[in-house]
Amino acid sequence: MYGIGILKGLGVTLKHFVETYVDDIRWIGRRYYNDEALAVRQGPKARGVFTVQYPEERLTLPEEFRYIPFLVYEEQEDGTRHDRCTSCGICAKVCPPQCIWIQRSNDPDTGRPIPQPTEFFIDIDICMNCGLCAEYCPFDAIKMDHDYEMASFDRFAEHILNKERLSKPVSYYASIRPQNYAREETARAAKEAAKQARRGG
Amino acid sequence: MSEQEQSTVAEPLEVHFPQAVTPDERKGYQGYVVATEALPEVATYARDELGYDYLSSVTGVDYLPEGKTEVVYHAYRTAGGPALVLKVQVPREDPVVPSLVGIYPSADFQEREAWDLLGIRFSGHPNLKRILMWEGFHGHPLRKDYQEVYFEAENKPFKNRWPEGKVYRVEEKAPLKKNVQYPPDFTAEGWVPEGDAALYAGMGQVVAAEGGNGRALNTDQIVVNLGPQHPSTHGVFRLVVTLEGETIVDLEPVMGYLHRNHEKIGERNTFLMNMPYTDRLDYICAMGNNFGYSLAVEKLMGITPPERAEYIRVMMAELTRIVNHLWAIGFLLNDLGAYFTPALYAIEERELVLDVFEAVSGSRMMCNYFRFGGVARDLPEGVLDVVRELVHERLPRKVDELDTYLTHNEIIRARCVGVGVLPPEDAIAYGMAGPVLRASGVPYDVRRADPYSIYDRLDFDVAVRYNGDVYDRYIIRLDEIRQSLRILEQVLRDIPEGEVQTGKPQYQVRVPAGEAYGRVENPKGELGFYVVSNGKPNPWRYHVRAPSFINLTAMGEMCKGQKVADVVAILGSIDIVLGEVDR
Amino acid sequence: MTDGLSNPEVPVPEELRGQVAITTLDKVYNWGRRSSVWPMMFGLACCAIEMICTAASRYDLARFGMEVMRPSPRQSDLMIVSGTVTKKMIPQIVRLYNQMPEPKYVLAMGACASGGGPFKEGYNVVSGVDRFVPVDVYVPGCPPTPQALLHGLMKLQQKIDGQSIRSVRWYRKEASESIPVPILGPDLIDPRDIPHIKAHAPAESPEEAQA
Repeated sequence: MYGIGILKGLGVTLKHFVETYVDDIRWIGRRYYNDEALAVRQGPKARGVFTVQYPEERLTLPEEFRYIPFLVYEEQEDGTRHDRCTSCGICAKVCPPQCIWIQRSNDPDTGRPIPQPTEFFIDIDICMNCGLCAEYCPFDAIKMDHDYEMASFDRFAEHILNKERLSKPVSYYASIRPQNYAREETARAAKEAAKQARRGG
Repeated sequence: MSEQEQSTVAEPLEVHFPQAVTPDERKGYQGYVVATEALPEVATYARDELGYDYLSSVTGVDYLPEGKTEVVYHAYRTAGGPALVLKVQVPREDPVVPSLVGIYPSADFQEREAWDLLGIRFSGHPNLKRILMWEGFHGHPLRKDYQEVYFEAENKPFKNRWPEGKVYRVEEKAPLKKNVQYPPDFTAEGWVPEGDAALYAGMGQVVAAEGGNGRALNTDQIVVNLGPQHPSTHGVFRLVVTLEGETIVDLEPVMGYLHRNHEKIGERNTFLMNMPYTDRLDYICAMGNNFGYSLAVEKLMGITPPERAEYIRVMMAELTRIVNHLWAIGFLLNDLGAYFTPALYAIEERELVLDVFEAVSGSRMMCNYFRFGGVARDLPEGVLDVVRELVHERLPRKVDELDTYLTHNEIIRARCVGVGVLPPEDAIAYGMAGPVLRASGVPYDVRRADPYSIYDRLDFDVAVRYNGDVYDRYIIRLDEIRQSLRILEQVLRDIPEGEVQTGKPQYQVRVPAGEAYGRVENPKGELGFYVVSNGKPNPWRYHVRAPSFINLTAMGEMCKGQKVADVVAILGSIDIVLGEVDR
Repeated sequence: MTDGLSNPEVPVPEELRGQVAITTLDKVYNWGRRSSVWPMMFGLACCAIEMICTAASRYDLARFGMEVMRPSPRQSDLMIVSGTVTKKMIPQIVRLYNQMPEPKYVLAMGACASGGGPFKEGYNVVSGVDRFVPVDVYVPGCPPTPQALLHGLMKLQQKIDGQSIRSVRWYRKEASESIPVPILGPDLIDPRDIPHIKAHAPAESPEEAQA
């Protein structure tokens, strides 16, 4: 009979409509603004209205999520910063759209290069968030940030990030990528141990 | 007589044409070099006697040091099997090659593209105009001696980034602070744009029908422009339609509004740098693009990824296919006027798959996950469980739901059945690929016809439908989603443990000199990458055989005689992505 | 009415508290505008897909009163430039901008629209849509995730909140001045540049560069 197909289709929309209320009742008022509910609501078991109430609630970002890169520095005991970056230039060489500029300088006394960048720039109007710089950095010094809330009114003043704006502490890195951080620390410790053993032996 | 018999009976090319055809003997190259004037004859023989009925890719290479321009043709049999590669070499100064449009209509847009970007003239081409740039543009950008305004160096990485990286915006150094350059004696005062087309494109004045049927416009025929800003052209795409009443007399696609110089940039990039750029080709199927490009380069390098990486790759490619088809169905329905509800249901499922991509690769859309000889990193913990849940529970249910929701809907049937019919022989001749080809009854799928990765081990059917109309092109996408789910089930069952990359990860790969054509069955059709290496860190030529682009060749044919409202539905059923059409 | 709307700076007599709301004309005016910004249904490239996702059920632009995507510039308040701006497309973009009625806003979504992005060096790419039309908010990212776009839109609302009916552009005489539409010549010609082109043309051509 003509019209059966349309009625069946409307049945599907009706089911979607009802599912939301069923889900609301199941959570009894705790459906929104609640991490536990959010995880279920946004996973493969989701039913009914699928909305994330950004900015009140945010999607949990997976560890590998990448946005703009940042530089990792270690906080020394005396309160000074030590950049992990040695200005070896691999990130600048591997960057596909070439949005990284690194200035390195020489020690005025010895004439040898200082293993820390004098300046470091990333033009985020060019950066394509591909993550290759972080992937190939041999010193775990440049990593991809999770901060995506970067909208601004003026790109000329704010969109070329310098070293000051790019640098973030190791603790921040450990907080956004705990598993990667742990893996790298173990590898580093193993390397140190091997070095010690060789020296000792 | 079947194709198999034909090919055994017919003599091979070099025997049949001893003078005109010689094997290409450069190291790392394959195929035959054909004498310029003999090309149409050789092509006809290859098509009719050898059974190479499907011309997949036509492109040019500018060999600047040798002073030669080469045109490369890749032809296949729709029955399956490897490529027949033909090459024509002409002097660089004034390259003229006979056009193959009469023999293989699929060469139409590709020859226009080669004229536009490389300045190769195809004698006998019915409509040799620029296709990606506008008529009147100065220069042929893909020639090796063409330099852009922001030109810094022949190859990346650029020298000024390190160690004395003085930061600046490149436009600050350009004379007009803009990305523009003009011929030496050019003055804009009193200058009139050349030709009607340029005027038409630049000034928005209707001068003549660009459809070019040769007749003066009668009062009962009008020209209608759809796009480039139009909600149902799936991006910045323009259709110039000549109408008689509501019936389409002539239709010509106009593209290039998103031409972002992918190939020119790709030839300056190192091999690895191109990987994230491929994401931005067909931006709905980033993983599939990665796959094609890595296959091409791996072919050149002679490496294969470890077992686990192959499984991960196939898993990602099939998830991508599901994502793409969901999107395509949703937006086809949008174009039909079912405003947004089906699209919203489809996008919801897509979001769940994108979450998987994000967890695995770090980005929802621009995955950049494949590397030469493997994938960037192993799957994070828990991802496989989510994929299992999706593949075994959620997606089959939701596909069935879409099926109930839409397939038997009378309005959809009325709008789609018998609209935009493309017969199988036309589909092959126009070089259609993917679901559009298979909906016309041609069971041609690169995964089966020329298997790559682990597809030869997987059990799945090539979905085929036989009417070749919009409705079949919708149904076949549902079929393909089901087949993808079937593949995914096997992948999830069999995925082994182990390494995910051959050798150490390196940012500077060594690629031996030679050429390679890597192709995959992307959701939109056969995606091919033609890469020429001269042993340096950067590819000498990097060409993309874009399925969306070539699928548009038959657009005019499908639309003629239909009503204007159907154009939108037909376009939606081809499923184009402008990033890939224009590159 | 929302809390932000009532104005605490004006003293309200004790007996009327909770019964009257006092606000300024600016606040009402901006509140109305910020809660019904209608974007143009206008996608350019990859970012457009994320824009569609933002409008779809998961991120739901409707919560900001922005779900009414208008395919016609005549009915829209906001142009989200979502993707790479090419030379071939810029005449149309400028024309669309000119056709939008005041008050109008432009949001450059993603690296490409802001400054050319990864395709900046290309011969057919405009390095930033702000070379031609004024941009109010820039959202970095390639592509910005839907949440990042929402953050950009909230920034735009902030900007709207800061405007005053006394000083806004569109009640002044100069408001309706349209931007000259670029022309596609041998390369893109900005009509505003015509007097300078001759001076720059010869030294710049590829032939000269080779010689």
